[in-house]
Amino acid sequence: MSKYLLNKFLFTVDRDPDLVERYRAAPHETVAWWESTIANEILNCHGGEASTWLSFDPVEREALTSHDYVRLFELGAHPFLTLTLFIAMFERDYEEPLAFQKEYAARLSHFSLPYPDIAT
Amino acid sequence: MATLAAVIASTHHPFYYKASTAPPEERPPFADEWVAKITAFRETLTRARADVLVMVGSDHFHQLWLDNMPQFLVGKAPFYDANWYNEEREFGLPRMLLRGHEELSSHILRGGLDEGFDLAFSNELRIDHSITCPIITLRPEADLPIVPIYTNIFAPPLPRPARFVELGHAIRRLIDTWPSDLRVAVIGTGHLSLELGGPRQFGPHGPDPEFDRKAVEWIASGDIERALAEVTLDSLWTPGNATHGFMDFMLMMGVAGEGAKADYADSLDLFHTMEAYFTWYPNGVPA
Repeated sequence: MSKYLLNKFLFTVDRDPDLVERYRAAPHETVAWWESTIANEILNCHGGEASTWLSFDPVEREALTSHDYVRLFELGAHPFLTLTLFIAMFERDYEEPLAFQKEYAARLSHFSLPYPDIAT
Repeated sequence: MATLAAVIASTHHPFYYKASTAPPEERPPFADEWVAKITAFRETLTRARADVLVMVGSDHFHQLWLDNMPQFLVGKAPFYDANWYNEEREFGLPRMLLRGHEELSSHILRGGLDEGFDLAFSNELRIDHSITCPIITLRPEADLPIVPIYTNIFAPPLPRPARFVELGHAIRRLIDTWPSDLRVAVIGTGHLSLELGGPRQFGPHGPDPEFDRKAVEWIASGDIERALAEVTLDSLWTPGNATHGFMDFMLMMGVAGEGAKADYADSLDLFHTMEAYFTWYPNGVPA
């Protein structure tokens, strides 16, 4: 299991407006493309150098492709990264201010302390 | 030597900019009270007549990332661009450009290293809302040079609370011994109880009003001893999963000093978090 790689996906998608839209519209395609092209990039290094060993576990891939933020929380993805990206993708579908954020909280309500470990 | 003109600790609420600048029909009901509180708080910095601002905050996974994560980092650059696409997107924050004060950055880096803090540095740092929010609230002209200091309150493993206090003490000593005739204000922002991306997020109040009440009391009375006795890396999960940002308040208590009662203290109970504002004048209240 790689919490780091989950976070890397959320981090790199969240900072790119085109990728935010692409992940919203086509999650399976975007996750597969990302894993084959970006997952092993060392950010801030030039393209000639890359890692060779990073890939998602099936359960992680499934959580990302199904936009399952509850599962991402359970897997220990950084909650700030998940929240920020999912607000960007789905807040627009709700009429009331903060309605998406409140539903997000409600869907996590079965978690109690201690929450899943987010240390990477 | 330089004069420590003010020490200021605050929450940083990224929604303030939008709430305070929205047209009347879009202003949330709490905006007027919030603006009044911020305006009064701003006056505490204005009165200090600072020449340079040391700004303590925490990057929210913008430039600093898990492949190379510093615990404490000092910016040393002539300029700092500020705010990021996702802050523009979510909070409506404007792009900004702030001047740096490289001489004070060098002094803090050299002195901090010599005091035993292995500070990271950055010569090209784009800062985020943890630093721009207090610029917007306290110095909207954004005309004073800054020294940004980032702390890791975000990506475990984190330094312990005592280390934040000790760094605050060190920053205080370094400013007090800076050979300069400038007036320095240290401004740091953090959080009281806060939950983001968890089941207690975006409630009608902060997730733990009792923690907030105690925290405000510790800060206002400068009770570092009590704060350190009650706050640990483990305990901070309990008030809310983003409450480790309180350690930036503890750093600022370290700058102000043990037992230093705040000259100004105010708070505002908002949805999902409590706002809190403190100012100390270590060298006396300005006339």
